[in-house]
Formats: sequence, structure tokens, C-alpha cells
Amino acid sequence: MATVRFDEATRVYPGNDTPSVNKLNIDVQDGEFLVLVGPSGCGKSTSLRMLAGLEEVNDGKIWIGDRDVTDLSPKDRDVAMVFQNYALYPHMSVADNMGFALKIAGVDKSEIRKRVEEAANILDLTAYLERKPKALSGGQRQRVAMGRAIVRSPQVFLMDEPLSNLDAKLRVQTRTQIASLQRRLGVTTVYVTHDQVEAMTMGDRIALLKDGILQQCATPREMYDSPANLFVAGFIGSPAMNLVAVPAGPDGARFGSHTVPLPRERSEHGGKGVVVGVRPEDVEVTTNPDGLELTVDVIEELGADAYVYGTPTDPEVTLEGGDDNLAKPFIARVDGRNVPAKGSKIFVYPKSEHLHVFDQASGKRI
Amino acid sequence: MSTATPPPVSAAVAGVAVGEAAREDALPRKKRRRGSAAGNAAKSVTSPWASVIAIVMALAWTTPTFGLLVTSFRNQADIQETGWWQALSTPFTLSNYSAVLSGAEGQPPLTDFIVNSFVIAIPAVMLPLFLASLAAYAFAWIDFPFRNLLFVAVFALQIVPLQIALLPLVTMYQNIGIGGTYWSLWLSHSAFALPLAVFLLHNFMKEIPASLLEAARVDGAGHVRIFFQVLLPLITPALASFGIFQFLWVWNDLLVAITMLGGNAGNGSNAPLTMVLNNISGTLGNRWYLLSAAAFISIAVPVVVFLSLQRYFVRGLLAGGTKG
Repeated sequence: MATVRFDEATRVYPGNDTPSVNKLNIDVQDGEFLVLVGPSGCGKSTSLRMLAGLEEVNDGKIWIGDRDVTDLSPKDRDVAMVFQNYALYPHMSVADNMGFALKIAGVDKSEIRKRVEEAANILDLTAYLERKPKALSGGQRQRVAMGRAIVRSPQVFLMDEPLSNLDAKLRVQTRTQIASLQRRLGVTTVYVTHDQVEAMTMGDRIALLKDGILQQCATPREMYDSPANLFVAGFIGSPAMNLVAVPAGPDGARFGSHTVPLPRERSEHGGKGVVVGVRPEDVEVTTNPDGLELTVDVIEELGADAYVYGTPTDPEVTLEGGDDNLAKPFIARVDGRNVPAKGSKIFVYPKSEHLHVFDQASGKRI
Repeated sequence: MSTATPPPVSAAVAGVAVGEAAREDALPRKKRRRGSAAGNAAKSVTSPWASVIAIVMALAWTTPTFGLLVTSFRNQADIQETGWWQALSTPFTLSNYSAVLSGAEGQPPLTDFIVNSFVIAIPAVMLPLFLASLAAYAFAWIDFPFRNLLFVAVFALQIVPLQIALLPLVTMYQNIGIGGTYWSLWLSHSAFALPLAVFLLHNFMKEIPASLLEAARVDGAGHVRIFFQVLLPLITPALASFGIFQFLWVWNDLLVAITMLGGNAGNGSNAPLTMVLNNISGTLGNRWYLLSAAAFISIAVPVVVFLSLQRYFVRGLLAGGTKG
């Protein structure tokens, strides 16, 4: 077990001008479960592969424990990796797959057998040890891939979207299993996913990347409660946070009839270029003319709750953060037994303690 | 096909909006479309006309061979008087076979030359297979300068007809003192086989998912172990099929053997079976009744090799290892 440290680690693919991973700085504590998350092409897998030694580090350093592993080959780093497509050796039995690394390391045969059986026991694979991967289901193959990592008792586990090939139900189940297994083994783990739900539920800490640049690295709660910038605010949480570009008054940003107070130096700019963020569950929906007026477009019933999708009636109020050019609706959570009618006009009033204010130009939190 | 198209397309359009999910949706869709195209191709080939053509071709190919087989069991006089299709009215005999095997009418016994052919063919198959799989591994998975250029160069050698190389090779072998030995044949056959073998095996190696090699690297394997324990077991079908073709080529080769060995097919020479077959009918063609028997002995070996190697033609060797 060991700590992991990315120190200004940079990767530029040949022929690219911009780095795929740009001066990444992350410290992973001993035994910590760190999740690297971000949209496709953000450099999260590249970062993991740099740590594994499968990708060259062009600049900066990577440390495992107190060893500088920047230029070491994968086999000298004492890390185990679980691949997105499992990458099992198709011609070997489950037991041989799991014991391959130990065999290479020259571990005694009976010792290999013992450790493989222990791992198989943890993962409920004992009955399948003599089978070939071909004869296993997707979930079992995924567990064999996990087993191959566990058997080695490495310093660091690396997991590259190990759940993305499972069906939705199994994914949720396996998610919990992996998290609890990691807590039990206490091995430092770096986990890559594009799914923010996985990141929120599994990680001790989350590192969110975009275009190769680290946006924020914090606990799930901190990411959710105080996102560092507009991108983090929009990425974490489902449905996403409402990010409303609002007109400004002299005393603060105007969120409908409600005024959001701004720090003095912002108010002096007249509050121009401010985005107010509010999560769907942090608004109160009323019919009183108090707050931002919406026209209800769609209602999503989830049973206990319902989500109201609405468009602000004031054309000056626009919502930030649709990747596409479609107008983004304002989403509000309401009680499932008391939903407004489609097409009706409602008012949303933000709970002031859960308001987030961002600078529109820099995206930074104010 | 036309009825199945609309849903996938709309699914793809929806997928683009969802971003990440689109990739996962699009993949199976692509596969499905390719699958149905393959299905269409298979359908067009299974028409009754295609079957008729296939049967006619099969008959045209096997009839002369069958005629040769029947002829090899007939007496010299019968062969000269009647055709093989009238064979049922005349007695069958094994005398042709015993004559060629034990050596008759001044002909050296065939058994010695069967051994010669094996001695030539086995290293001439193993050597290029081994070298080509090593080269293919390097071309497929090791990044070195001018890799693509060299690969194209290797394959371009395929264009050069081997006849051009024969005489320079003979002179070269003479100069270094291995003229007329087995070495001259092993090296020549290996050289002629390598370009195609490298190309073929390279394509097979490239098919193996990169993550499998990466997994092995993380597991601590170096190039040698990855090559022998991960890649070679997975490309056995390619090795077997190339092995069969190379064996057939070397076993049936006459040109290279005659050039390298100088046409001496006498007793105690290094000559392969084919050179003896060439001589067996006699300079005036007076012993050609022996030829059919000798030819069948010669054919039998490749058939056995083919049947014993065909169990390596297994499909789906890569199944189960990776997903997606």
C-alpha cells in the first residue's frame, strides 16, 4: 500500500499541440479511493495509463509511495489494473488468468494456488476456476478481472471504467461490491469513470477533469455543495444544477423578483456577467409571484418526486451549460403528489443557503 | 433490412445528444449493420445456382485425380490398352507401388527420397514460421523508427518473382560453401516464404486487442513472455494455415530443388521426391505406369499433414477475453 502523487504530470500525444493531460497535480492518500471523472476525451484514462506506465509522461513526475516511477516500466511499478474490456487471456483458465502475474514473479506453485483460491473465495468464483473466460457471463468475467488484480496484492489498484460493460442492474450491484471490497482490502485505488453517479457513490475523493486540466479534487460532498467552477457545477449532480445567467441590479444579481447579494467588488461592476446556480432540490415552487417565473414544459414523474422542466418567461434570463445549442430548461424538484399542470406559470424561489454564484467570464465560483 | 433501418438511425440521433451514451449505442448498431451485410452475402451464395456451380467445379477437379488413383492400381499392359474408366474389367495390382518403393528397373528406391523431402520440408516450414512470427510481433506491437516504411518494403518483396533470385542465390551458396546442401534449400525456401508470412501473421497479431498485451505488461511480462505465452497461443490458426501452405509449397517444389541441387537425383543424393518423380517416367516416357503410383505416394503426405493440422483451425480463439 502506498500513496500516489501526480506532480505536474503532462502527456502530449505526438502530433497534438495541446496536452491531453496538462500539469496534473493530485495527491492520493494511502488506502484512499480516488475517482477520476470527466466527459470523454478529458484525459482521465490517459492519466490512469500514465500511472500504470502504459503511457509516456512527457513532463512532470509520478510517485508511488516514495518511489519516482515516472520512467519505470509497468512491471516495475507494482500496480494492478482492471481494464474496461476486462482483457482476460482467452486461452487460459480462470485460475491461470488470476495467477499469471504471480507465475511471472516466480511465486511458488502451491502459494499461487492458495492465493488464487483466496481471491476466488472473496469474489465468489471458486466454482469457475477451471473454466475458460469464454464460458463465463459478463459479470463473472468482470470479477475475474478484479480477481487478477487482488491476487497480486499490489500497492495500487487501477481501474479503467470496469463497470461500463455491465448491464444497468449489475452495474449498481457491482459498484457497491467494488467499493466495499476496496475498503476491506485497504489498497489505494484510482478509478476512472465517465459516470458522475459512480464517482459520487464510490469515491473517497473525486478528481474532475476537463480538456486535460484538473477542475476540482474534493470529497463527493464538497464537490456537490461547493463546486469550484461552472463546469463542476454542471457535471456533478443528476439532474444537473440550474445555471442561470441573470441580469444585475445595483444591489446584486436579480433572480426573478429575488435579489442575490454579491460581494462588494462584484457589485461595483454592476453585477454584470454573473451566473447563479441552484440545484433542482434547492428551490421552492410556489404560485405566489415570488422568485423566477417559469412556464412549465414537461413534468417527469418519478413516484415520490417529480421534476418540473420549465422555461423562464423573462427572455433576459438564459440558462447556461447546454453542450448543444438547445435551450436548456430550468429543472425543479417538487413533491410527486402535488405537481403543477403543464403549461401553467409557476414561480421558483431559491433557498439562499444553497445558492452558488459564478463569474460568467472565468467560470470561477464567487 | 429496409424495415429494420429506421429505429437504429433515430437511436443514433438521440445518442449524439446524450454524448457519452452515444458511443455505446453506436457500437452495436454498426456491428448489426455489418452483420446483416454479411448475411446478405451469405444468402446470395446459398442460391441453388451457386450450389450447381460448386458441384461442377468439384467434379472437374477431382475426376482426374480419381483417374490417377485408379491407374496406379493397374498393370502396365492394361494402362496402355484401356482407359481408367474401364478398370473394372481388368485386374487390380499393387505391383506399381512395390516397384517404385523398392526401386525397380535401375530406379533408386523411393523411400530414401521421401525421407529427403521431409528433411527439406520440415525446417523449411519451421524456420520461416518462427522468423516471421517474431518479425510480425515487432511490426505489430513494437514502435521503432521507420516501422511502416520497413513493413511496406518487406511486403513489396512479394512482387519480385523468385526466379530472378535463383541464379544469384546459387552463386552465393557456392561461394560460401553450402552449394548443393540442404542448407541451400532451407534458406531459399525460408527467404521466399518470409514476405507473405510476415504480412499474414502481422495482420493476425494486430487483431489481438491491445488491452490484452497491456494487461500482460502490467502483470509483469516482458516481450519474450508476451510473445510466447499470450500471442502465440492466440494465433495458432494463422500459424497452422501458413504452415500447411508452406509445407505444400516446399513438398511440391521442383524448380528450387533442381536449381540448388544441380539436377542430380541419383542414389544417395539430397534430391527431394519431386525430382525423382520427374525422372521416373524415364527419358523416353517408357515407364510412366510407375509415375501414377509414385505421384500418389507423394500426394499422401500433404493430405496427412493437412488433416492433422486442421484441428488448429479453431474459430473464436479470442472469444471471452475482452468485451466491447
